Amino acid sequence: MPTAIEYFKFLPKTNCGECGHPTCLAFAMQLANQKASLDECPYVDEEAKRTLQESNAPPVKGVTVGAGDGSLRMGEETVLYRHERRFVNPTAYAVAIPDILPEAELRELARSYLDMSFERVGMVFDLDMFAVFNASGDAERLRAAAESLVGMCSKPLMLIGAGAEDLRPAAEAIRESRPLLYAADEDNVSPMAALAAELGLPLALRDGTLDGMAGLVEAARKEGAEDLVLDLGSDSMKHILESNTVARKVSLRRSFKGLGYPLMNLVGSGEEGMMMAMLSTMKYGSLVVFDSLEPQQALPLMTLRQNIYTDPQVPIQVKEDLYPVNGPGEDSPLLFTTNFSLTYFTVRADIEKSRIPVWLQVVDTEGLSVLTAYAANKFGHEHVAAALEASSALERTSGPVVTPGMVAKMSGKLEEALGRKVLVGPMESGSLPKFLKNLGV
Amino acid sequence: MAKVPLPKEKWSGAITSTAMGDGGVRLGGAKGMPFLSFEDPDLPLPLLAGEVVDDLEDFPSIVLDFFGEDAEDPASWAQRWRGMGADLVCLRLLSTDPDRRDSSPEEAAAVAKSVADATGMPLIVYGCGLPEKDAAVMEAVSGALAGHRSILAYVEEDSYKKISSAAMANKHAVLAFSNLDINLAKQMNILLSDFGVQREDIVMDPLMAPLGMGLEYSYSVNERITLAALNGDRMLQVPMVCDASQAWQVRDCAEDEEGMGDPVERSAWWEFGTALAALLSGADMLIVRGPYAMQLIRGAIEDLGGGA
Repeated sequence: MPTAIEYFKFLPKTNCGECGHPTCLAFAMQLANQKASLDECPYVDEEAKRTLQESNAPPVKGVTVGAGDGSLRMGEETVLYRHERRFVNPTAYAVAIPDILPEAELRELARSYLDMSFERVGMVFDLDMFAVFNASGDAERLRAAAESLVGMCSKPLMLIGAGAEDLRPAAEAIRESRPLLYAADEDNVSPMAALAAELGLPLALRDGTLDGMAGLVEAARKEGAEDLVLDLGSDSMKHILESNTVARKVSLRRSFKGLGYPLMNLVGSGEEGMMMAMLSTMKYGSLVVFDSLEPQQALPLMTLRQNIYTDPQVPIQVKEDLYPVNGPGEDSPLLFTTNFSLTYFTVRADIEKSRIPVWLQVVDTEGLSVLTAYAANKFGHEHVAAALEASSALERTSGPVVTPGMVAKMSGKLEEALGRKVLVGPMESGSLPKFLKNLGV
Repeated sequence: MAKVPLPKEKWSGAITSTAMGDGGVRLGGAKGMPFLSFEDPDLPLPLLAGEVVDDLEDFPSIVLDFFGEDAEDPASWAQRWRGMGADLVCLRLLSTDPDRRDSSPEEAAAVAKSVADATGMPLIVYGCGLPEKDAAVMEAVSGALAGHRSILAYVEEDSYKKISSAAMANKHAVLAFSNLDINLAKQMNILLSDFGVQREDIVMDPLMAPLGMGLEYSYSVNERITLAALNGDRMLQVPMVCDASQAWQVRDCAEDEEGMGDPVERSAWWEFGTALAALLSGADMLIVRGPYAMQLIRGAIEDLGGGA
């Protein structure tokens, strides 16, 4: 980001006030604070604007793939480690669809992937993109396949073909859906980049070396292609880790310009593919493309993505509600805990381990853990009573109410408030299985 | 052609390196962020410990089905792990739990000795998790494994003296447990140092939360610990152990449910994902439960370590 002084250098220094600010220096300070736009000054020349815009560019460019509901944003990352702020745009997962499939089979394959969807902690996980692959070598078949997919879902597409002429009919036909063109390499970068620029579409570049990639980026930009996604190769996990790390690091540190774009990996399928996909998800990949993906692979992978892209400054909260664990009935014990996800997961896992049916009430404590919430007066007997009332928990079971051991103090008042027997549970969630077995319910 | 500079860091610290077992296995020794060969050309490979328990109650059937009869005998089970490329055995003496078989410290120590004798591998030994019983068990285990340097697990802020003393008596290392917090991890290492445990004899477990159950917290705590250690914080420069087997605590790991695909393969990826997050954030050693996960993790380490 340029400073106020850097902006000031390019201003006319006449204090004419036409920009609406009293002086050029005042305007410069507003610019540095991103509260004004350079366009407000009629006297800044184009050359100066370009210079300032370049030093103003984000370290990793944001690229949009797809249009409308299903569109995806990639890049815009600002940190190397998520604890420094957060990772911004989650890794997108795409699966390949070969254009040689007969129409019906192609749609069936796509449908099976669209149906592969999981619900976890109140979030839906599913695939993000289809990568239509010109296996036929026939540009018209690629177009037909792409049109067919655009007709059945709003997922963005990636078009994979050997050269610009193979991609053109499909790219023109579904231009409005903003597909990602794959890929320009050192042999075809000029026509590919020209096609992307002409149609205003994002373009993937492919080169296995960092230096080679830097050259490709330059060549593509020369043709006017600006929305780039970089494929630095996926020969091995080692290659992915080191290439992605170097590209991201030099961009964030601004020690090298020209690799500041979203990164992608084509990982194939099977064991190697999954291993590389998990690696790419944690290490700076914005897009991972599979030849195929099974549900038993997709669920752990998408859970990993959800975990890694969680904002570290916002604790994940579980919805306040009454959760049945191990199939509870009308005399099962009623436990309660906070809505801090780690607390909830731990308590839930320990109850599951006991195999004893339990009703678990989550109380909204704004994501605080048991003791912190109690200390902050967000987890008192009145909050618990209100949550139990809202979920009609006491009508679901006649079993005893159990407080976490850490907040044993509230048991007396809670008993009064509820008119129900209240027991004090263990201090540590890990002792719950033993505690529940000894309850003898 | 443009030349992209290698963003090599000048780290001022390194993780301690310590010999285990009869000296053939080394733990720790990293000089850069995980697996970046441009930061450390001869990076040490993380170690893998295969998990063995001496009481099978509540143990996942997917794992038991694989090991078959060998799961009945810890020494046989450990030998299977050796055949699969494990570097250590993680022995959990669950039978010492008064609510299970309540086996005596002497019985437990004999099991540990049988595993060490059968495999020649170093051990990381856990009790049942009850501080008083564990202290007695670790005292017996320490003697039984004398001369065969192992890790006694685990010590916490409010109970560390007995197990640390037991470890020091026979030159074993001790596992310092802390609860998902860089400051607590450091505090634990300081506490042990003040008590007289040498830094080379401390291994830390900052709690690896599994995939889908808070993994992101651990990933960031581990990264912060690793960065602080490399930046020169001596009290965090001890090898890090992460327990990937905790992945099996997550319901989605191995549950057989409609639409979630094959549970055997899914459980392997669940544990692998936990393990890979641990490795990329700085783990020097992993505890692994699943045999299929063990193969995947071994493959990943060989690839990332440059052997592939």
